[in-house]
Amino acid sequence: MLGYRVVKRQEPLEWGSFFIFLLALAFSLSVSGLLLAIQGKPFAEGILILWRGGFGSFVALEDTLLKSIPIFLCSLGVAVAFRMQVWNIGAEGQFALGAVGATWAVMTFGGLPGWLLMPVMFLCAALAGAAWGLIPAVLRLRFGLNEIISTLMFNYIGILLLQYLVFGSWKDPTSFGFPMTPIFPDGAIIGRLFGRIHWGLVVCVGVAVLLGVFLRRTRLGFELLAGGENPRAARYARMPYDFLVLLVMGLCGALAGWAGCIETSATLNRLQPSIMVGYGYTAIVVAWLSRLRISSIAFFAFLLAGLRVGVENLQLDLQVPAAFGGIIEGLILLSVLAGQFFDSYALRRRGGDA
Amino acid sequence: MTIEMVIPVLAAAVQCGTPILYATLGEMLTERAGVLNLGVEGMMIIGTFTAFLALHLTGDPWIAVVVAALCGGALGLVHGIVCLVFQGNQVVSGLALTIFGVGLADYLGTPFVGTVTTGFTPFSLPVLGDIPVLGEVFFRHDALVNLSYVLPPLFWLFLARTRWGLALRATGEHPAAAAAAGINPVLVRWAALFAGGALVGIGGAYLSLAYTHLWTNNMTAGRGWIAVALVIFAFWRPGRAVLGAYLFGGVMAFQLRLQAMGASVPSSLLLMLPYALTIGVLLFSSARGKGRGAPAALGVNIEPKD
Repeated sequence: MLGYRVVKRQEPLEWGSFFIFLLALAFSLSVSGLLLAIQGKPFAEGILILWRGGFGSFVALEDTLLKSIPIFLCSLGVAVAFRMQVWNIGAEGQFALGAVGATWAVMTFGGLPGWLLMPVMFLCAALAGAAWGLIPAVLRLRFGLNEIISTLMFNYIGILLLQYLVFGSWKDPTSFGFPMTPIFPDGAIIGRLFGRIHWGLVVCVGVAVLLGVFLRRTRLGFELLAGGENPRAARYARMPYDFLVLLVMGLCGALAGWAGCIETSATLNRLQPSIMVGYGYTAIVVAWLSRLRISSIAFFAFLLAGLRVGVENLQLDLQVPAAFGGIIEGLILLSVLAGQFFDSYALRRRGGDA
Repeated sequence: MTIEMVIPVLAAAVQCGTPILYATLGEMLTERAGVLNLGVEGMMIIGTFTAFLALHLTGDPWIAVVVAALCGGALGLVHGIVCLVFQGNQVVSGLALTIFGVGLADYLGTPFVGTVTTGFTPFSLPVLGDIPVLGEVFFRHDALVNLSYVLPPLFWLFLARTRWGLALRATGEHPAAAAAAGINPVLVRWAALFAGGALVGIGGAYLSLAYTHLWTNNMTAGRGWIAVALVIFAFWRPGRAVLGAYLFGGVMAFQLRLQAMGASVPSSLLLMLPYALTIGVLLFSSARGKGRGAPAALGVNIEPKD
């Protein structure tokens, strides 16, 4: 390549991935800024609004933290699945089913006292989300169905199911025809922890600690990590590969389901179609960037949540459509993928010794 | 139902199936060279938008088709930069391409939402259009539908009977062996990515140029993903792709007809049909042989030599 040749690295580049990420972020923001300029909007000011909207003030940071809660929960499961080479694209649908499950629980057992209703709501959300992850897993193991396509189709079906219920039998009769369920009773609304931050944050921390202990300290967790590196070797080592796939997909669905439950209960206090904003797809970006380091997942979830809040600010200040966020996320993922090349390869000048 | 009621539904099935057919053939071409490109949905919607925009600006639908093909091909090349040059994971790169493409079309298209254009209009082909029943179903459509009839046989001829087709298949099955035979497998993959992306782009263009004559957000609505599934259903062979595309076209036409007749089934349930059918179609093909016909080197990057 132009006087250089490609050499495989013996050791991965130290601190390289973070440096690559920064370059990728800079590249993505520049291209997005150019897109702003195409539509006659200020380049530098746009990027500044984006940054300030996400990270520039206390209110902004609070918004970002709130949005990073569902993204973090979805990403945890997706990251474990990706590590297993199970391409679960279905967090979005599992999130929708979690929201549906939680709402079903609240509408069915609404009379229960809060200390009982809350666990029932979380349980139903986890079960519904897990079911939405397990069906594609069973289809893959039993019939060899490509899980990328099946989980994606389950996203569409899940979102339509949510709409069917909210536009139909679950619609609040007093909502003047708006598609939304009645507001949840107090016992089913997740309370505030401090400021506008709700107890969902504590759920995130708890789940992260449990998952971390599970992956590092248990045999099954080790098998999960090892199984992903090489499924065939895992089978030879008599690891329960099929069971691991089911476990990962169920876990992923349950966690995404909790994200849906928390968003419904704490943020909207009711179910309505506007709950689906694509956290499940953002989770894919986060999961790939962070490579199953739980601390990295938290960091990237926060960062991408901040970009989302920033895009909302751009919407208000410069009338930029929400889709702008998708452009940035797609670009970051594409450029990080390209940049990861330098994690395992180095360029050497032709003729020099390697 | 009488025959007079069935014929319009079948004709509509052909029309609804045409964009899916283009996209399926495009993805099939790319995959036969060993590159899995999950960016179909993104490339398709970019084709839909750029075709709309070109038509809006120039008024010539053929220019719009060329523009959509070039833009779809260009996005295919982005996948090439990530996977062929930088050895990125093909699954994730394709997903990223879809996220990017859908976002870009939505972003650029927002000022134009609801704008109506002209585009292609149906006409009756001489002689063929006068055949009873068959003529009404197949030969009274627009130019892009007629063009789509010659594509699958050409595709087959290209793969089975030409040197370039052989080079493409060899690259998809065993790049190292292809290289030993004097083929440049990386170059073949670049070409397949561009050509496949162009076909997908034309599939997208059909939606705004002939199917609806307007632009709104989210016009592809998962058709790109259906195309990815149909490549598997078709066992990577063009003939079965036609069958699959018209099957989906039929379900979509049926669903629209039911909605138009004011059926009591809620629209969200009807809209689930194509997605549920995708799962069903994949189940059917896996029963006939798991992964049958898949190129052996599909999804595997060609590593650079030291």
